[in-house]
Amino acid sequence: MTDKEFIKITDLTRKFKDNIALDSINLTIQEGELFGLVGPDGAGKTTLLRTLAGLLGISSGEVREAGCDLRKNSEAVKSKIGYMAQEFSLYGKLSVLENLQFFGEMYDVPPGLQKERIPGLLAFAQLTDFTNRRAAKLSGGMKKKLALACTLLHQPPILLLDEPTTGVDPVSRREFWNILNDLHLDGTTIIVSTPYMDEADRCSRVGLIYQGRIAVCDSPKNIRQKIEGEFIKIVTNDWQKAREIIHPLKGVLEVQSYGEALHILVDSSTKRLGQIQKALRKNKLEIMEIRVIKPRMEEAFISLIRKIGQTN
Amino acid sequence: MKDNSITIQTSGLVKKFGDFTAVNHISFTVKKGEIFGFLGPNGSGKTTTIRMMLGLLPPTQGSIEVLGIPVPDLITDILPRIGYMSQQFSLYNDLTVAQNLEFYGQAYGLVPENMGSVIREAVELSGLDGFEDTPTKDLSGGWRQRLALSAAILHRPEVLFLDEPTAGVDPISRRLFWDLLYELVAEGITVFITTHYMDEAEHCHRLAFIQHGEIIAQGTPTEIKREAMIGDVLEIDTNQTEDLIKAIYEARDNGDNRSLNAELYGSLIHIFSTQPKQHTKYLQTLAKGADIKINSISVIEPSLEDVFIACMRDSDIGGNHEE
Repeated sequence: MTDKEFIKITDLTRKFKDNIALDSINLTIQEGELFGLVGPDGAGKTTLLRTLAGLLGISSGEVREAGCDLRKNSEAVKSKIGYMAQEFSLYGKLSVLENLQFFGEMYDVPPGLQKERIPGLLAFAQLTDFTNRRAAKLSGGMKKKLALACTLLHQPPILLLDEPTTGVDPVSRREFWNILNDLHLDGTTIIVSTPYMDEADRCSRVGLIYQGRIAVCDSPKNIRQKIEGEFIKIVTNDWQKAREIIHPLKGVLEVQSYGEALHILVDSSTKRLGQIQKALRKNKLEIMEIRVIKPRMEEAFISLIRKIGQTN
Repeated sequence: MKDNSITIQTSGLVKKFGDFTAVNHISFTVKKGEIFGFLGPNGSGKTTTIRMMLGLLPPTQGSIEVLGIPVPDLITDILPRIGYMSQQFSLYNDLTVAQNLEFYGQAYGLVPENMGSVIREAVELSGLDGFEDTPTKDLSGGWRQRLALSAAILHRPEVLFLDEPTAGVDPISRRLFWDLLYELVAEGITVFITTHYMDEAEHCHRLAFIQHGEIIAQGTPTEIKREAMIGDVLEIDTNQTEDLIKAIYEARDNGDNRSLNAELYGSLIHIFSTQPKQHTKYLQTLAKGADIKINSISVIEPSLEDVFIACMRDSDIGGNHEE
């Protein structure tokens, strides 16, 4: 991977009347990165992606993509971008193949090149056996894969994907991410937004967007390390009682239920492990499992958002 | 969960639509005070099952008991004791928060004298204080979801059915939603929830995986991880993730028959393996040959999604399943 600044966003602000949707965002993305964009609903994820796709004007600031200035030369930028909106509209009455041809024309891909590329894209999206099926008759996961194939037809070096797996079942979701993996390995620069924190884990870097600002931007590994404290997983014979006992203990910052298990955020595991065990035993609870665990991405995310919320 | 009495029991449940078998001989038990998760891909039979338990669809075969009452025959006897939140959160967008709650209160037959206090309680529970007069259409997804949940439990049901309640809701709202569910469970409510969001499944006390209308695994998350997964997840830590994946695929193209599938997780690689020891050795040799430094290879606890996908692989080919 070359360390080339492929997307450079400087002081990007976007206002909708009085509402500041993007608040002087600075972000640089290297060529070939698989960059994840996470954040609560309404934080600005979609606005940022739509702006990068050249579909929304810039109130102030600068965006350069693949060497072009988005403000001065938006047409040149658009040809380098594949944008898949959240409600990507396929034509339900058209077949899989016809949809691809339609988007080929929209992106000015000559018919000869279309013919050359379509079989590869169909195979890639695992749709070869469904070439003649109407898009309306595809499953949710297949529709997303077809939408991605349509987005890739003009071979854009930059892919912008807005929550591509929302509402998609686990198997299709895994397949979709394996496709993104392959694109990433081939050197495509990808920005993908997602409400699913386990997907953030699959990115090379993650930007957490909150109230129109990039609050945190780092590798998943480093984001996890930003949590202050450690997580202890504990399984007892009575989670409700265990929760009541553990919650008021000193050094316990948060208790989260996971079925019969509890995840306890503590200031320091060495200090608190013994203390928690003692308290549970005193109340005659049986401890089936107790150990320090790696925080889940979701836990890291929530902890960070809460911290930002407090400092604001 | 001190009480082990049974809230829902189905036995040999079948639902056919013409030639199509949507639900095929499923049996499960939900105990009082637990959160039971029903997981499966789109079109696997989740919603059909929930609709049968609510008495909205008659089963083709088999039996259902909810709160000890046979369904659908005597469903009207227990309707006041059941809460249901559908996928579309049936809220009226033009009504305000309070008006929506009032509407549901009337539908559940709450007496006018109690209405005010019940609604106040629901508003507090969902954290919507101060938004009573906000039109529902102006609420974000997460707030709408919590409002829908409050509406579903307005009449204090003993059992709550939730059909994919958190689809498309952000992580913070999801967390608040689950905190709320645990509060309800602590009060003794039993929850039956369908989802295809695997992270969420980790929050359930017990789970059933459903595929093509059949239950393919059942148990607590821990049991399912231990028993249903044939194979392990290897996590490889290397600074050259991309080089290593390419090396693995190159080896595969050159006729290596281990057919390992490498998935990139940031700076880590996950590989599903049925022979973790041999494959670890193989990967180390492969890396050495390609001059790639591996920091560590370890067997990690699979996520429920890993297990689910492995189960589906065993029972069927995943791929382009129909809806």
